[in-house]
Amino acid sequence: MRIDCPLCGPRDRREFYYQGEAVALARPDPEAGDAAWENYVHLRENPTGERRDLWHHEGGCGAWLVVTRNTTTHEVFKVELATDVKRSMA
Amino acid sequence: MRFSGLRVLRQGLTGNKGWTPHWRDPEPKAEYDAIIIGGGGHGLSTAYYLAKEHGMTNIAVLEKGYLGGGNVGRNTTIVRANYFLPGNSEFYSHSLKLWEGLEQDLNYNVMHSQRGVINLFHSDGQRDAFARRGNAMINQGDDAELLDVAGVRRLLPYLDFENARFPIYGGLLHRRGGTARHDAVAWGYARGADQRGVDLIQQCEVTGIDIENGKVTGVQTTRGAIKAKKVGIVVAGRSGQVAAMAGMRLPIESHVLQAFVSEGLKPVIDHVVSFGMGHFYISQSDKGGLVFGGDLDFYASYASRGNMPMMEHVMEAGMTLMPMIGKSKVLRSWGGIMDMTPDGSPIIDKTETDGLFIDCGWCYGGFKAVPGSGFSFAHLMATGNHHAPAAKFRLDRFSTGKGLMDEEGTGAQHNLH
Repeated sequence: MRIDCPLCGPRDRREFYYQGEAVALARPDPEAGDAAWENYVHLRENPTGERRDLWHHEGGCGAWLVVTRNTTTHEVFKVELATDVKRSMA
Repeated sequence: MRFSGLRVLRQGLTGNKGWTPHWRDPEPKAEYDAIIIGGGGHGLSTAYYLAKEHGMTNIAVLEKGYLGGGNVGRNTTIVRANYFLPGNSEFYSHSLKLWEGLEQDLNYNVMHSQRGVINLFHSDGQRDAFARRGNAMINQGDDAELLDVAGVRRLLPYLDFENARFPIYGGLLHRRGGTARHDAVAWGYARGADQRGVDLIQQCEVTGIDIENGKVTGVQTTRGAIKAKKVGIVVAGRSGQVAAMAGMRLPIESHVLQAFVSEGLKPVIDHVVSFGMGHFYISQSDKGGLVFGGDLDFYASYASRGNMPMMEHVMEAGMTLMPMIGKSKVLRSWGGIMDMTPDGSPIIDKTETDGLFIDCGWCYGGFKAVPGSGFSFAHLMATGNHHAPAAKFRLDRFSTGKGLMDEEGTGAQHNLH
């Protein structure tokens, strides 16, 4: 599996740390309540097919990346800088 | 039909023409007292114990593929009870006791071999941790022996004891641990359940779960609707998809775990050897193949196959520990879909829907749990009460933070186990 880092180009999966589903992009408000936080911290969609993960390019530029990929084929559709994704959500 | 030595002999001399199918292939009925979704090890053992221990014989197991075609048919077959934390400790202890009587109970040869599991350690700190684990196992009523380096040498003379990075200081020996023939476990439970009247329905995929006024009323399948007041979800890596049919989200992320088998060799590795520092473990099958594996690939996946980085890591760890295996050739590798919970421990619990139960989150350790999980889940489904050895496998422990069972001590967070 190769991930095409927007800053470094296509790199081997070994250079990246996998953080998990990209839930951190939509962190609940501190006062959002137990259910919202349970949903954020523990509960997962866990889809087959397309999903968005957070990966850290720890063996490269150090950027946090949002990787859109297919969990049944390991195909990587899109790699974006997490900062860009977060800004576009604002 | 009962198996016996005499029968095997007689059949062998008369052309093996008298064997009959192990189970029927029934059409689904319109209604059952209970339905088990998932015909893997845990689902089949649940059905078996529902029938045997609780007299529930009007039940069905629904399997979308074929019986035992998932993780129970593609694991590294290790059976052990060397857990540390309360909650896990009593559960795996109970499961191992069931293993020890399983072949007689099922009248089926599951080739359970208590050849001993040895966990190696490589520092004083690790020795202390394993001594503590061993004491916990003994307190639980199971067996554990702390071996010094000479003790390990006697059993495993082929290891690289003087390795510069991981010199071997000793090991924790769990003599009652070992291996079993994984497919036979699924087949034995399937046969036992079928003999007690359970309908094992293959090629029957559940496509929906019917719920009315907070109560489960049945399931929709590719072979029609089936009614039942009790439904158990036992679908391992696919738990997220099936739970979603009931409007639930689970604390589970499915990951891929790879394993490998070498060509058949003469007997050389007599035990199950685990090299935790290198994330490597190995045993030898009765057919002669070296069966070994390592850690997760560490990204969410349903691909049933892994990638090269973990494959290389496992091979390197194997060569570090026992360089002698380097000349054997890898025959095949595969990846299984692991239902990983945040704390690395399983879930056997009711859900918010009345009559709907779930057994999942076995992470990469489900095989050894097959008898215990089925026994405890059957108890819960039949009586509505948690079975004592599995009483701590609660679904709500993540939301409350109470009773988390994090054996590795890394934190109850996705991607850490």
